[in-house]
Amino acid sequence: MTESLFTILSIIILFLPLLGFAVVLLLGKRLPKLYLFEIAVISITFLLSVIVMYFKLAYSIDRDIIASFNWITIGAAPLSGVLNIELGIKIDNVTVIMLFVVNLISMLVHIFSIEYMRGDIRYNRYFAYLGLFTFSMLGIVVTHNLLMMYIYWELVGLSSYLLIGHWFEKKSAADAAKKAFIVNRIGDIGMFIGILILFTQYKTFTFDKIFYQISQGNIPFNSEAWLTATGILIFMGAVGKSAQFPLHVWLPDAMEGPTPVSALIHAATMVAAGVFLVTRVFVMLTADAMLVIAVVGAFTSLVAATIALTQNDIKKVLAYSTVSQLGYMIMSLGVGAYVFAFFHLVTHAFFKACLFLGSGSVIHAMHHEQDIRNMGGLRKKLPLTYATFLMSTIAISGIPLTSGFLSKDGILAGTLAFGKLTGHWLIPIIGFTVAAMTAFYMFRLVILTFHGKPRDHHKYDHAHESSWVMVAPLVVLAALSIFIWYTPNPLSPDAGWFMSSWVKTPVTVVPENTRFEFMQSAVQGGESHGEIVHSPLYTETMHWAHYPAMIMSIVLAGFGILLAFTLYQWKKINADKIADRIKPLYNFSLNKWYLDEAYDATAISGTISLAKILSWFDNKIVDGAVNGSAWLGRFVSKISGLFDTYVIDGFVNFTAFFSGFIGFALRKIHTGKVQTYLVFVVFAVIILLLFFKPF
Amino acid sequence: MLQVGLAHFLVVSAILFSLGIYGIITRKNAVMVLMGLELILNAANINFVAFSKYGNLGINGQIVALFVIILAAAEAAIALAIVLNVYKTFANVNVDEINNLKD
Amino acid sequence: MMGFPILTFITFLPVLGMILILFLKKEQTNTIKYTTLIITALQVVLAIILLANYNYSAAGVYEEKSFQFIEKFRWIEISGISWLGTVKIDYFLGVDGLSMPMVLLTALISFIATISSWNINHSLKGYFALFLLLDTGMMGVFVALDFFLFYIFWELMLLPMYFLIGIWGGPRKEYAAIKFFIYTLFGSIFILLVMIGLYFSATETLADGTKVFTFNILQLMNSSNYTSDGLLSPLNPNNLRFIAYLALFVGFAIKIPMFPFHTWLPDAHVEAPTPISVILAGVLLKMGTYGILRISYPIFPDITRDLMWWIALFGMINIIYGAFVALAQKDFKKLIAYSSVSHMGYVLLGMASLTTAGVNGAIFQMFNHGTITAMLFLIVGVVYDRTHTRGIDDFGGLATQMPAYTGFVTVAFFAAIGLPGMSGFISEALVFVGAFGVESIRILTILSTLGILLGAGYMLWTLQRIFFGPLNGKWSSLKDLEFREYAMLIPLSIIIIFLGVYPSAMLDIMNTSVNSLVNFLHTNFTATTISGF
Repeated sequence: MTESLFTILSIIILFLPLLGFAVVLLLGKRLPKLYLFEIAVISITFLLSVIVMYFKLAYSIDRDIIASFNWITIGAAPLSGVLNIELGIKIDNVTVIMLFVVNLISMLVHIFSIEYMRGDIRYNRYFAYLGLFTFSMLGIVVTHNLLMMYIYWELVGLSSYLLIGHWFEKKSAADAAKKAFIVNRIGDIGMFIGILILFTQYKTFTFDKIFYQISQGNIPFNSEAWLTATGILIFMGAVGKSAQFPLHVWLPDAMEGPTPVSALIHAATMVAAGVFLVTRVFVMLTADAMLVIAVVGAFTSLVAATIALTQNDIKKVLAYSTVSQLGYMIMSLGVGAYVFAFFHLVTHAFFKACLFLGSGSVIHAMHHEQDIRNMGGLRKKLPLTYATFLMSTIAISGIPLTSGFLSKDGILAGTLAFGKLTGHWLIPIIGFTVAAMTAFYMFRLVILTFHGKPRDHHKYDHAHESSWVMVAPLVVLAALSIFIWYTPNPLSPDAGWFMSSWVKTPVTVVPENTRFEFMQSAVQGGESHGEIVHSPLYTETMHWAHYPAMIMSIVLAGFGILLAFTLYQWKKINADKIADRIKPLYNFSLNKWYLDEAYDATAISGTISLAKILSWFDNKIVDGAVNGSAWLGRFVSKISGLFDTYVIDGFVNFTAFFSGFIGFALRKIHTGKVQTYLVFVVFAVIILLLFFKPF
Repeated sequence: MLQVGLAHFLVVSAILFSLGIYGIITRKNAVMVLMGLELILNAANINFVAFSKYGNLGINGQIVALFVIILAAAEAAIALAIVLNVYKTFANVNVDEINNLKD
Repeated sequence: MMGFPILTFITFLPVLGMILILFLKKEQTNTIKYTTLIITALQVVLAIILLANYNYSAAGVYEEKSFQFIEKFRWIEISGISWLGTVKIDYFLGVDGLSMPMVLLTALISFIATISSWNINHSLKGYFALFLLLDTGMMGVFVALDFFLFYIFWELMLLPMYFLIGIWGGPRKEYAAIKFFIYTLFGSIFILLVMIGLYFSATETLADGTKVFTFNILQLMNSSNYTSDGLLSPLNPNNLRFIAYLALFVGFAIKIPMFPFHTWLPDAHVEAPTPISVILAGVLLKMGTYGILRISYPIFPDITRDLMWWIALFGMINIIYGAFVALAQKDFKKLIAYSSVSHMGYVLLGMASLTTAGVNGAIFQMFNHGTITAMLFLIVGVVYDRTHTRGIDDFGGLATQMPAYTGFVTVAFFAAIGLPGMSGFISEALVFVGAFGVESIRILTILSTLGILLGAGYMLWTLQRIFFGPLNGKWSSLKDLEFREYAMLIPLSIIIIFLGVYPSAMLDIMNTSVNSLVNFLHTNFTATTISGF
């Protein structure tokens, strides 16, 4: 396959969903069957992305395809030199894998939605928005520059907004949509400033050009601190989009959207965009920036896991589990385990999409019941949903033979190695704790939903297995949670093609002295294409970490599962009693660390009150000054008006009065007879003649 | 032999003028007032013609005199028309009693 | 095209229409409306012809020969008053990259506003006559290159505006109209003073070698035209030049409107009828920033360089302050008015950067704000026509009742938020790119990015309160858009999205001029260029 063919195919893949969006949005009202067009479009897109992935991975694995054009040409600007803003695509291995993942899940969600959304009043519009989302997400994946990344970044924000608010008649849905967009914007501002710093320094948005400049020692404002700051600022975009602490609050609320949307956007793809962004800029992160990222990721995973322990809404549990897993990926990037982060992104996308769609199937069967306290025993009613849900739960818990085990184990090994190399032991400790918690709350969810006895008999009796349209996607996704697709050896991801040849840690470009020590000697091997040759120390430590991490993660996951069964299946210990005993902690977790309340009390009400104060200021002080000066003007004019009336005009009136008096006096001689006047004239002339004697 | 000179003309003209003024001032009948006006105009005419002959007005004096004659005719016509209208309105041509200009 | 006075036509065509309308009877309402429509449509056609013949590589700005479509002849000449010398005022029109986008915008917005005027229901004759006069005033401001002529057009547009608000406005129309009039006139006085001051400071060399005082803006930009004892000469050691700059700036800033001179805007907008709000926001506000770019900047580059931090500061205040105040509004139209204040802040910030990207962004933002805010006001008008209320909290759930309308609202709101794919994003991004690149105003730029967040805040909050949630039962009989409203909203949406995807269509028009302007600003009226004569 030639480069140009790759480029053309990728562009077709990118724009087909947009076509679907436009057609379905504009004509959807007239043609109720038009959603089939969108589904056809997305299926074609998927097939094309399979083709692209196959050819890329099979035939040109070491060659990146880049195509670009000048979008905005400002030309040779005075003082700042040539300014051209490029748009373009970059097809590398990561891209094609992402294309595959996004399109596959998008297609499955489309299919799932046919049944799930049936009867919705805005059925076609829903599919149109799915198309818009797919387009935007693909844009993030294929772009080769930061500006385009930002553009699509915002567009996924838009489609997420539209889809969360799909049922906008519900106030909670409209609120959640708004919250998602605005919270994301907070992160985006950071990202935007980061982009501005890079553009100011390098006059380009293109990744490769920026990285080349950095590798040449040209760093922003000649300061390593700025380089670190830039990395962290760009990471802020990921904090928003990938729902990292403290901006994770939008994601659980986003569950107000239709469940397939949660599966596609808020579990598998869009939220992974933040992780994807960090992988894109990974090479320009300094050690300090990476440490910040690792800490944020670790803390997020811990916070979310603790909250997930006590939630009762099936989707909320999954949402917090998503946040937690995203924290894992971010943490993994922070500790330098690039490949495992991306690997986890992919595996997580499949099993989490499966979990969400499974929960959708449950909710559908239970007639929009989401509270797991009202479920139970559904195993018998929904056998296929149960099987796939269980499969994915095993995967997310990190039990061997699953994809989740491979990726999670890799991440934990990475953190362990990181701890050993840098002394930051807290990060692996959090990582392992979260692994145990994940296994616990996921199995709690499974047990409460599917096992035991039904707690709401009415709803239980009406529940029935969903049609094949909904189940088939579940089966596909569950199947993808098995190890075999990624590696032949279920215990070692390194043996697989995914790790060994498809995705490699790129060579970092930041100056030597700003890297972690264990990454420093990597430069010597830097010539080999796109692959970091880790220092022997790092490789050695990773090997050292592999088995302890694996054993510990299995043990901890087993412990979590066991605990879940003890508490909820066998009821050996009364869960409610424990909850009572640790009431403050329980409430803290149940109320999501009171973060929403804290934000309401500080940021939101602060903003609103500031707005009100400024509005008052505007109305009373600024406009008051204007009106005041108008009043002053009128006051002065009133004074001068009085002066005018009584002094100036008084004088005038006096003159008039005086003339009137004179006139009255002289009135007598005015007879009204022309002849009298003529006499006056004649005598006047005579007198004048006598007086002046002109002759 | 008495030579008729400029002075004679002027004296005649002055007498005519005075008669005219006298007529205007003293007559009560509007028609008579008009006739006084004509006398004044003709007094002026005599002066123009006289200066045309004896002064340095040249032909211009006679031309102006011609103009005045025409003007006088026009004026007489209009004035008589007014007088007729006044008569129609007030049934009277006595200027003393038509004093609406007063007040 | 040469020889055909296209700029005169595009400027005075509305006056022709006004005269036609004055000859019509009061009762011929449809004829009056269609006459106006045809006239403004012709103006759009002329603008397109102008664009088709536009030379993208001619800079203009300070160089007369690279201006396009020039029309220049002696308009007023008084000689023989000994102490005054020869008074010479030119009728001098021309366009370059700074004015071309504004000419296009004016033609477009006038046309859209005409369609929007269709349901004006009393004194139509007077309304449309004044409307067309206003149109001439606006167009004239953007094509005049003689300061005197510029000033005449500047004032010309004031009077019809006063009556249009004062007669066809809302309940407090008199207050709003007088406030608008006096405020703007107050600014105009400053402009007038500076204009006269400049006149007595610089001379122009005529073809026969004599030097006469000049109002020609391009001649005023040439530092060698100033005599050393001229009142506002850069060589004059007095500080008058600085004061004159401030005065001129205030005159223009009132129009922008820049904090703290902005309070006439919400009142005028709230009281003005919809089409007049559209014109006010779409075109009139741009005159302020255009005036600064056309007159203040190139005539006083030295002071501009000194004060750029302050301009950026006020830009930042506009952005943030406007956004905050918008957040607190309860009146839909007032909210949009304050969002205008915020968005015009981006223009100021971009201009203050004195970089190509920033100034390009600023002019592009002027155009985009014109289209986007026009659309927002039309949207307010649509709902106000139907419900006669503008209180945001009076609505709720309109999306169910009016889906097509909500679609356009979403486009306009997201454009105002600066969503990529819409024109507003490009201009804001360019403004930030430009401003961030200048070290002295970098902090201000970073603070300004807060505006992006607040903008999303108040816009989405409004969207939610008016359109989402359960439908307020009061409005269950509202009709969705009608043909006329589609005709206004569709072209604007298309332009907004088209320029978002292909911004070069507009940026290429201005780029050469902006480059030239920026270069001029940084190199002229410096110590070396002034001492050179």
